[in-house]
Amino acid sequence: MIEKLIFGYLATAIIGLSILVITRRNPVHSVVLMLILFFHIAVLYLTLNAEFLAAIQIIIYAGAVLVLFLFVILLLNLKEELVVERFVGIWPLGLSAAIAFAIMMILSTTSFVKGPEGNIGVDIIKSETNTRVLGKVLFTDYLYPFEILSVVLLVAIIGAIVLTKRRLKS
Amino acid sequence: MVPLNWYIWLSGALFIIGMAGFLMRRNIIIMFISIELMLNAVNISLVSFGNFLKDMAGQVLTLFVIAVAAAEAAIGLGIIIALFRNKATVHVDEMNEMKG
Repeated sequence: MIEKLIFGYLATAIIGLSILVITRRNPVHSVVLMLILFFHIAVLYLTLNAEFLAAIQIIIYAGAVLVLFLFVILLLNLKEELVVERFVGIWPLGLSAAIAFAIMMILSTTSFVKGPEGNIGVDIIKSETNTRVLGKVLFTDYLYPFEILSVVLLVAIIGAIVLTKRRLKS
Repeated sequence: MVPLNWYIWLSGALFIIGMAGFLMRRNIIIMFISIELMLNAVNISLVSFGNFLKDMAGQVLTLFVIAVAAAEAAIGLGIIIALFRNKATVHVDEMNEMKG
């Protein structure tokens, strides 16, 4: 019962905050609300026995990505942003596309069939800690994707530098 | 025990809100924030599936999604800076050079 109450609070907060994030006029308000949203998602991960991901969620999303967003918002003309129209001209079309997707998703979740279960249950995670189990799986079964991921991050570093570099006049 | 479907519906609702924000807003930074919302929705569904099917693959994939999201944010914000330098606007409906 207490689990359902906690889930109910988290779900209400997540949905309410995300609606606020996409409707605020001031982008700084959006980013700060997004920060609170990420903390709620981290708590949701804790209820799903994923402590390591909860920490990563706070460190990477709240600590790195949102600070990056705030730096870019410094570029904006906030005074202009507070008076111009928030939505594109054909916003009803976008909203109806999202609602159509929602109907499709509701129809598909009713025919959900559970797949075969794995062998790492809650008891193993509790006896060995989540981080240790995650590390074992990550560095054995998923070693190759992990290596590819390092290339993705390298491309991101080089790409960000190349995109934002000013061309020197020679 | 909270049923799996509740998590899936929460994830779907968050994804749809992110999708609506992406399609409706003019400001390109809010559009990027909506993309982050959608990625987080997918993460919630992956972690809940991993927990309910007793499999670690969900959490490993979530770790990959978070890393790709960080790379995507860096590249995307670089594109926004380059765009702002050339066009001095962040509104997507004012970028219509390729309109026939």
